[in-house]
Amino acid sequence: MALVEAIGVRKSFGHTEVLRGIDMEVERGEVVCLLGPSGAGKSTFLRCVNHLETIDAGRIWVDGVPVGFRSHGGKLYELREREAAHQRRDVGMVFQRFNLFPHRTALENVMEGPVQVLGRGRAEVRAEALALLERVGLAEKAGAYPAQLSGGQQQRVAIARALAMKPKLMLFDEPTSALDPELVGEVLDVMTSLARDGMTMIVVTHEIGFARSVADRVVFLVDGAVVETGTPADVLDNPQQPRTQQFLAKVL
Amino acid sequence: MASDLRPNDLREDLTVVPLRHPGRWFSGTVILLVIAGLGWAMAEAQIQWEDVPGFFTHPVMLEGLLNTIVLAVAAQGGAILLGVVVALMRLSANPVARWFAVGYIWLFRGLPVLLQILIWFNLALVFKSISIPMLFEVPTNVVMTAFVAALLGLGLNESAYMAEIVRAGLSSVDAGQTEAAKSIGMTPLTTLRRVVLPQAMRVIIPPTGNNFINMIKGTSMASVIAFLELIHAANNISSRNLEIMETLFAAAAWYLVMVSLASIGQHYLERAYGPR
Repeated sequence: MALVEAIGVRKSFGHTEVLRGIDMEVERGEVVCLLGPSGAGKSTFLRCVNHLETIDAGRIWVDGVPVGFRSHGGKLYELREREAAHQRRDVGMVFQRFNLFPHRTALENVMEGPVQVLGRGRAEVRAEALALLERVGLAEKAGAYPAQLSGGQQQRVAIARALAMKPKLMLFDEPTSALDPELVGEVLDVMTSLARDGMTMIVVTHEIGFARSVADRVVFLVDGAVVETGTPADVLDNPQQPRTQQFLAKVL
Repeated sequence: MASDLRPNDLREDLTVVPLRHPGRWFSGTVILLVIAGLGWAMAEAQIQWEDVPGFFTHPVMLEGLLNTIVLAVAAQGGAILLGVVVALMRLSANPVARWFAVGYIWLFRGLPVLLQILIWFNLALVFKSISIPMLFEVPTNVVMTAFVAALLGLGLNESAYMAEIVRAGLSSVDAGQTEAAKSIGMTPLTTLRRVVLPQAMRVIIPPTGNNFINMIKGTSMASVIAFLELIHAANNISSRNLEIMETLFAAAAWYLVMVSLASIGQHYLERAYGPR
């Protein structure tokens, strides 16, 4: 079974239907990039995978577990917020606007999950957190507060914070869209190395170059539906659908 | 304005005349004269200044001081706890809880504190006993001492203000913070405790400090139900020696001491939770 399986996912905000029946599979170790014009529902879908939004219809499974539900006796029971929190431990998420905890240092941000959520000892978590900061190239910034870091550095700390929970899956919601152009590279480099290490990743991005070089598969969404999917070479260099062709003509 | 200098006259040895401020000298002098006049009036007043320090440290005054501090701290502390609960109800998804919070704030903020204190103190007139059926029952006039009535009157009124302050603080924290906390698997309670409240404190502390200063002074209203706080203590002392102003000034000095200490405490609290 694929790590992520989505079937017929629908979601409306008020009278606006944002997702109109999305089907998607992401295999273990696979890197999938979601592309498409703004308003296509890419971010909403990503948020549904992490149960930050509840879906109206359809089903999403992560590692065989139905997201937002507990199955028992042939029925699905909606989860309480506490139980949903437990489910989210296995899925890391990186946000467009970083969302680091501003009242804690970089190191404390990374330690927060393992210590407060998993209840692990501070000493061993600290060692791991320092190693993670090292991995994203920020070992020397461990004691800095988010406001003292550049956008690119903040986003790399945010990636380390998500990795500290040892997730099975990483979700990236436009991780470089809020960055100054010269800072985009350092974040993409960290994500590329993460992909090389075999992390399963779903990435909503406008970085076509990143999708081309790192993604195993590209999914193109328009108006809440999957229009085209395939390898970067297929979708980016030889798009079959008119909507895909129009979009790529604008961004490339 | 025309200048009598030509460009080649601009040499470095010209004398510079600084701008004079005769208005400032005048207004400053007037203020100092007013202060001097007030000081002279005070010195000439028919008041036994030498008795004030004695009243300041009079055992009854000190008892009143202790009672004032206990009442203010207890009422404010209770109000903060209740305020957090009511604020959470106000922000709750449960419509009943939301409307209850709105009504609670409307009622306890809407009535004068003095009136609320009097109502609590006289509760025994309409309810002979306070009870929860099958659990306990106590006579109202035993429970509703002057301290309890003042505590309820001051604390409940303050809790309505605290609810609004806490709500503003919680609402000021970016929604992205809650989402980030959720994304690392935090439960709602841990998110509140570790992520939202510490950031809300920056918005919550300054008005809470102001309210506490008001609370210290508000305890004086408990004197109408004969609770031995500073004003009542001053009256007790002066009823024997008729030095009314001397004892009131001694009480006034204690209020200023308490308010000054509270302001200093607020400064350090704000710094502890200040921006990084």
